[in-house]
Amino acid sequence: MILDWMYWTKPTAIFFTALFLVLAAMTVWQTLAPSVPRRGFLPLVTTPGTRLFIGIITAIFIHLAWLGLTDLSLWIVFPFAVGWIVLVMIWG
Amino acid sequence: MMKGRKKLIALGIYFTLLFLPIYWMLNMSLRTNADILGALTLYPADPTFANYINIFTDPAWYMGYVNSIIYVTVNTLISLAVALPAAYAFSRYSFVGDSQVFFWLLTNRMAPAAVFALPFFQLYSTIGLLDTHIAVALAHCLFNVPLAVWILEGFMSGIPREIDETAFIDGYSLPRFFITIFIPLIRAGVGVTAFFCFMFSWVELLFARTLTITNAKPIQAVMTRTISATGMDWGLLAAAGMLTLVPGALVIWFVRNHMARGFALGRV
Amino acid sequence: MNKWENNRAWLLTVPVLVIVAFSSIIPLMTVVNYSVQDIFGPGQSLFVGTEMYKNVLRDARLHEALWRQFLFSGLVLLIEIPLGIALALAMPKKGWGVSFSLVVMALPLLIPWNTIGSIWIIFVRPDIGLFGAFVNNVLGIGFDHTARPLDAWITTLLMEIWHWTPLVALLAYAGLRAIPEVYYQAAKIDGASPWATFRYIQLPKMRGVLTIAVLLRFMDSFLIYAEPFVLTGGGPGNSTTFLSIYLVKLALGQFDLGTAGAFSLIYFLIIEILCFVFYQVLKNVGKGTGT
Repeated sequence: MILDWMYWTKPTAIFFTALFLVLAAMTVWQTLAPSVPRRGFLPLVTTPGTRLFIGIITAIFIHLAWLGLTDLSLWIVFPFAVGWIVLVMIWG
Repeated sequence: MMKGRKKLIALGIYFTLLFLPIYWMLNMSLRTNADILGALTLYPADPTFANYINIFTDPAWYMGYVNSIIYVTVNTLISLAVALPAAYAFSRYSFVGDSQVFFWLLTNRMAPAAVFALPFFQLYSTIGLLDTHIAVALAHCLFNVPLAVWILEGFMSGIPREIDETAFIDGYSLPRFFITIFIPLIRAGVGVTAFFCFMFSWVELLFARTLTITNAKPIQAVMTRTISATGMDWGLLAAAGMLTLVPGALVIWFVRNHMARGFALGRV
Repeated sequence: MNKWENNRAWLLTVPVLVIVAFSSIIPLMTVVNYSVQDIFGPGQSLFVGTEMYKNVLRDARLHEALWRQFLFSGLVLLIEIPLGIALALAMPKKGWGVSFSLVVMALPLLIPWNTIGSIWIIFVRPDIGLFGAFVNNVLGIGFDHTARPLDAWITTLLMEIWHWTPLVALLAYAGLRAIPEVYYQAAKIDGASPWATFRYIQLPKMRGVLTIAVLLRFMDSFLIYAEPFVLTGGGPGNSTTFLSIYLVKLALGQFDLGTAGAFSLIYFLIIEILCFVFYQVLKNVGKGTGT
């Protein structure tokens, strides 16, 4: 197939689909009801889009730190990372 | 701050130091390899143009320059064409996700070429563009388009919005206003942007080398031919290096007044 | 700044998005796919999950390369930014000297990166190079960038400074030129010293362009590949193996796509986060000075 060279796997496909769905949902939400930028516990004025970006990036770093420092399963830290994203989205 | 004359002396010293490595390459390029390895002299005692003649008579060599110039020109044109409307959108309108998209564009300016080189090779061989000029030109858009949007947005934000409003009241359509009034206003900005696009595309090596085999091989890749089993051909390498300076020098010469004016606007 | 609210402005950005997404998202997705697999050959791969990330995060040579990279970028900024500002202050303000200075300054920027490496290889060779011969024979210091790590570092740094300081100078010059003449007249009336003029008028007004200069210089020095690769090949030993050089060694040299993919993504994420911090600073600086 023409996409063979991309070496798709099921987990990465799920990851990207989820990411695009979240982005699409954010776009629809912000188009229908635009949010006003505000200041939360993060040291800068943010919109939900920026908070989502910060949340996802830091969540990835949490996973990487877990991988580098421990030998335990990633699923242990996964709920905490998701919780962190939610935390940043609501109060960040 | 220093007094006027001291300033000039300091600047003169800096320019001299700046020219020394280039002068040394010029010196090498006018000598044969045996002469170079024989003795160290501050100037070519017995200047020869053999290295340059070698380059200008061998298609493998001079086509390298032609290829580079083709894809750099194509890239500069594409970058400007797509970046102008986008920069206008970012400087004049607020829309959903504008700051996020702007930031995402910037991160591509910072993407390590080494990260993308392999998938690029795969991508362009799949769509059958491998070893064409357009492939390199498109690949260079990855870092040149974001840069162009960034610089142009700065220049455009320096133009008051009242100009747009007046034109619209006078019945101009957006495309007509943009082409006949707005672009001439930011001429200097377009010049500076073209200069930066040309520069970053001309000097890039990794993508250009990865995406080409023979037909579109850029001069930077051809230059590796000077390394052979018998050792480096320093004279030839220096001559090829000197010639890579020429197109850049010509471009600066032509845009120097634009640059001076663009820089005077203080938005880069 | 209040802009017109209009979601149709998206249409104007479509060409940019299509072109950049094509060159950025598809390759990025491919790299993510590489990073979770062990790839033996075309079409032959084994899903290994996070194994590659674990290897990369615990690779001692990568840690060394990362610290080396931070040290290098830090030194580059510490030297190039002040030097660039000083040059911008020294450049003439009017007359033919302006064009002349701009043209001369821009020259190193327009040399292909591997030619830069070639120029400096020739320039620092002890036997055939002006710099190498001068240091070795006139100053009598044994200098050899192919044998001693410190010499290799000095050479690479010199080359980097020679190459990129003009960019900082050009940007700083643009910032200086944007300061209206009245500011200087006011300073003169107040009897401000040249230092005070610089500290309280020129430097604050240059904050915007200087942040761009810092950003560009940090990112480009963080990604440096071709110049040191040509000049030192990453040696002697591994002493000038910066992140990109190590990455290319992994990806092309050992054809270890999985590890290279994981490495690339971590590299990219580090740059992404630094980029975000710089971008926020840049935006707030812009607001403060109104430039």
